[in-house]
Amino acid sequence: MSRRGDWGMALRRNGGPLAALAVFALMFALFLLEHPRSISVAIVTTASNKAVLLAIVAMAQTLPVITRGLDLSVGMVMVLTGCLASVVVNGAPWQVALGVALVLACGAAAGALNGAIVVLGRLQPIIVTLATGAVYFGFALLLRPAPGGEVSEGLSDALTGRLFGVVPTTLVLLAVLVVLGWMPLKRTVIGRACYAVGSSEQAAYLSGVPSDRAKFLAYTVAGLLSGVAGLLLSLIALSGEASGPQAGLYTLNSIAAVVIGGTSLYGGTGGMVGSILGAFVLRTIGDLLFVFNAPALWQPLFEGLILLAAVCMGALRVLRVRNRLDLFS
Amino acid sequence: MSASELTATPPSTGAAKGPVQRLLLNPPAVVGLCCVLLLLAGSAVNRNFLMPTYLLQQLQIAAFLGLAAAGLMAVILLGHIDLSVPWTITAGAMMAAAAGAAWGPGWAIPAGLLCGALVGLVNGLGVAVLRIPSMIFTLGANAVLQGLMVLYTGGHAPQDAATPLMRELAVGRTLGVPHAVLAWAAVSLLVYLLLTRTVAGRYVYVIGNSERAAYLSGVRTARMTIACFVACGMLAAFAGVLLAGYSGNAYQAMGDPYLLPAIAAVVLGGTNILGGRGSYLGTVAGVVFIVLLQSMLAVLQMPEAGRQIIYGALILAMLLLYGRSAKVR
Amino acid sequence: MPDALLQLQGISKRYAGVRALDGADLTCHAGEIHAVLGENGAGKSTLIKTIAGVVQPDAGRILMEGAEVRLASPNQARDHGIACVFQELSLVPDLSVAENIFLSRPPRRCGLIDAKAQQEQALALLDMLGCGDIHPRERVRDLPLSRRQLIEIAKALSLQPRLLILDEATSALSSEDVERLYKLLFELRARGTGILFISHRMHEVKALADTCSVFRSGRRVDTFAAGTRSDAEVVQLMIGRDVAKTYPPKTGPSPWAQPAISVQGLSWLPELHDISLEIKAGEIVGLGGLDGQGQRELLLALFGVLKGVEGQVQVFGDLRRDLAPHVCKGPELGIALIPEDRKTEGLILPMSIRENMSLAHLPALGRLGMLGAAAERSAVARMVEQLRIKIGSAQDPVQTLSGGNQQKVVIAKWLMAQPRVLLLNDPTRGIDVATKQELYALLRELAAQGVAVLLYSTDYEELIGLADRVLIMYEGRISRTLVGGDISEHAIVASSLNVSPGGREAATV
Repeated sequence: MSRRGDWGMALRRNGGPLAALAVFALMFALFLLEHPRSISVAIVTTASNKAVLLAIVAMAQTLPVITRGLDLSVGMVMVLTGCLASVVVNGAPWQVALGVALVLACGAAAGALNGAIVVLGRLQPIIVTLATGAVYFGFALLLRPAPGGEVSEGLSDALTGRLFGVVPTTLVLLAVLVVLGWMPLKRTVIGRACYAVGSSEQAAYLSGVPSDRAKFLAYTVAGLLSGVAGLLLSLIALSGEASGPQAGLYTLNSIAAVVIGGTSLYGGTGGMVGSILGAFVLRTIGDLLFVFNAPALWQPLFEGLILLAAVCMGALRVLRVRNRLDLFS
Repeated sequence: MSASELTATPPSTGAAKGPVQRLLLNPPAVVGLCCVLLLLAGSAVNRNFLMPTYLLQQLQIAAFLGLAAAGLMAVILLGHIDLSVPWTITAGAMMAAAAGAAWGPGWAIPAGLLCGALVGLVNGLGVAVLRIPSMIFTLGANAVLQGLMVLYTGGHAPQDAATPLMRELAVGRTLGVPHAVLAWAAVSLLVYLLLTRTVAGRYVYVIGNSERAAYLSGVRTARMTIACFVACGMLAAFAGVLLAGYSGNAYQAMGDPYLLPAIAAVVLGGTNILGGRGSYLGTVAGVVFIVLLQSMLAVLQMPEAGRQIIYGALILAMLLLYGRSAKVR
Repeated sequence: MPDALLQLQGISKRYAGVRALDGADLTCHAGEIHAVLGENGAGKSTLIKTIAGVVQPDAGRILMEGAEVRLASPNQARDHGIACVFQELSLVPDLSVAENIFLSRPPRRCGLIDAKAQQEQALALLDMLGCGDIHPRERVRDLPLSRRQLIEIAKALSLQPRLLILDEATSALSSEDVERLYKLLFELRARGTGILFISHRMHEVKALADTCSVFRSGRRVDTFAAGTRSDAEVVQLMIGRDVAKTYPPKTGPSPWAQPAISVQGLSWLPELHDISLEIKAGEIVGLGGLDGQGQRELLLALFGVLKGVEGQVQVFGDLRRDLAPHVCKGPELGIALIPEDRKTEGLILPMSIRENMSLAHLPALGRLGMLGAAAERSAVARMVEQLRIKIGSAQDPVQTLSGGNQQKVVIAKWLMAQPRVLLLNDPTRGIDVATKQELYALLRELAAQGVAVLLYSTDYEELIGLADRVLIMYEGRISRTLVGGDISEHAIVASSLNVSPGGREAATV
């Protein structure tokens, strides 16, 4: 077992995310080079804030997809928790802290409800989360019939600004989530159980893998991360808004980000790092088009075409297939 | 013995079931019953719910959703999904209006249908030939369509109005029955016959259960898949044409509110989201149920928040009743 | 006398009207290798599943060392020291070898899985099984079946069980792997582990077992010390009646028969090299050789499933370049393939018997693309009668049928299309003897009617008894052709190993 063999294997296993990383690096470099104003920390921070928001929602979508499921309510939970934040995350520091805890708990609870219905009700996740998404959006409307609310400016400045004057705080937040949250989770028995369940539920059962708990955890974590995204959204916008289109957009983009990042919709493979990179790629498309002065009217089309092209990357394997039976899952 | 047979409980056969049990196992019947219950409950509050004028009006609105749901059902039966329905509806409407204005009113509807067919063809090729998961490919197609329409209209509402024929079709009545309902009925009859009485219809169910076994039995699975996506695209475009006729002209994002209710209607009607099972009668019942529910909640002046919550909760409740998958045991 | 390691008493289990186990019992002792024998459908698999905690019996007790236990889940069985090597493998394809081996109980450090320890321990186990060349971080999905079986065994061994169960664990292993495994099992026995294994290979049973139990129709019919019953007696116990496996008399093709399929220089690298063969109408040609020498690929190539096939294929004199399943099944060609896995490739389990059986012939049963319900029903009824398929009603899901009857449905499906060429991929695997006999008679009957039959079988007795000619494949080529009287066990085995009957390694053809 040569070290080179080890590297080769690691390369193959992480092919998806590495490709996404390469694409993102290229795109961001182009963006910085072509930006009309010289690179400034403020520009990078703004870009980072927008990108991290989508990245966290993409992280939320990752675990359910790994278990061969889907969470169509991530956008709604984000909007719900954002609206909740605009109600409770204000006032004295202790009130703000309590508000943050409440918002995160709300996200986790929403996710837990999804998980409970999927596991106990034995219903397909796509339909469950479609329905619960409507319910969560309804609650968001209850909280914020019209946009408004108040969000702690102090917390907002802290989280949407920069650390040490250079590094956008949101990037640090993302790094913290990955290093302290995802990395350990991957190495737990239940984290691995998520992969096992997605790859082969039968084999997981025979091997005594805690499948039900894994699925429940996947959706709860999805809800929790959506809550983090909602909190961040409220801090960026300094208000809450129950916007259906925004919720839908984030949900669909999270699925796209997950796929671009190398996680298969069939489950069993992938990870949050890939999804983050996928989100970054998605976000940077729009910025790149702006920077290259693509006419505004053409931007949505370009974005769509690039998205389509990105997901078609997977089609390359079809060309290599020699036994047509391999085309069928 | 295969792994799935190792643990799956075989379907129960034999023992005669009581009439109530058999009813509960027949989703179209359950949903139909729920529609009646809904009307009865509503009539307790407002007598108008049982008036023929009201019912006919609801059927007219249901026709739009029903057409989209019919196409979606074909695709879902195959085990796929079409997330490009929203902008296919819009594109169909816009292209119909444009063609009507540019080449004469007779060209409007065929142009719209052709547009839908083209979208379906592209989707079908991406899914059947490139083997890209339908969820993500149609997601990309939706984005591209949006880009194209934004480009075409310059971002504003399109200037071309719906042709008189479109309006007549959407709004006109013959002997008191709205033309839209007649169109829906005709399409429904066709779809029902195709699914239950033709070889192609049988093939759709077969492919939805196992594309591999279908292929090895000589079924041309790629062709069938493309055909179903083309049908879905055409039906969505037709719905768009009618919608444009109803409101006088096409407008941006007019198709967005139709995707999730259409999926919900198909699943409520007893079609398995994974494919291979489902009756078209159930889809029709599901469409009527959703339209009735939404309308009654609106008439009862339930705020949007309450409507969303009830809508989601009711779907979950009904699915828990009859939509459960076999336990993996 | 110490209590037995494992005792099953009066175990019964029903599956939708079929009695898989009917008051079955079994006793296993520590330090004993116990073989479970029986035909398919005898209940062996269900028995194993019960012990492994995968299914719960409807009635009966399970005792371990005298104390009653409940094995309500695979984990509970593992807690009691029972480890099972499943026939269908309990490996997760997308995880690595090491992760799979320690899927149930990984080594941990500070609450997290200790990847390094996991890798080291996995390597140690793999070394013990003689496959230390497998990289522990390799994904199971990328490995061939023979390696996966060894990993499945390693997985069971990692639990250091008191009772080790092996369900057909060696079907894809090489003879060296098998020898090493035997040694390992003997070591485990010496250390007091109880070993229970299911196998259809009599030589394996003779080599390993101390005790044998024979099951039939869900009950244990006999237990004896190994070697105290002759093969014939054992077979009689398994079947319950004196059934000599008889084959219908071979008729062979008529002298003026057409060549139905003519293949020249067929290649599909790297699995198939330069294959040339000819099958005449009315002939039964057998394909033999060790597993994985290209037989499966050859059948798929003839059915048009493979892309990039070189060479020429002529069907009834017509040179065809456009082979595909839907082309093959058409009346022009009339080629049918009975695929390898009836559950995922031959049948659609949730659909009804009727829908499955008519699938290859639907357009012809109706008109203008419509379904012909009446014609379908009568065609299905005809087939059920002709093939003597035991069904309840044609509306029942085909899932409810036994293995043998399911295979009959697959064959009926293709017979409805009236094929002129029948390709069969190991059709009698996992089927009871009575049904096998019926299939042999059917194949000979079809041949007599002029159908050309190409039959791949892993059972060389079948090839000897049924085939007019046998083509042995080795490394993607046809290494030998045996005709008529040349077809013998010795010749087949020798050719499979690429050794000429004289004992010397044959030059590659």
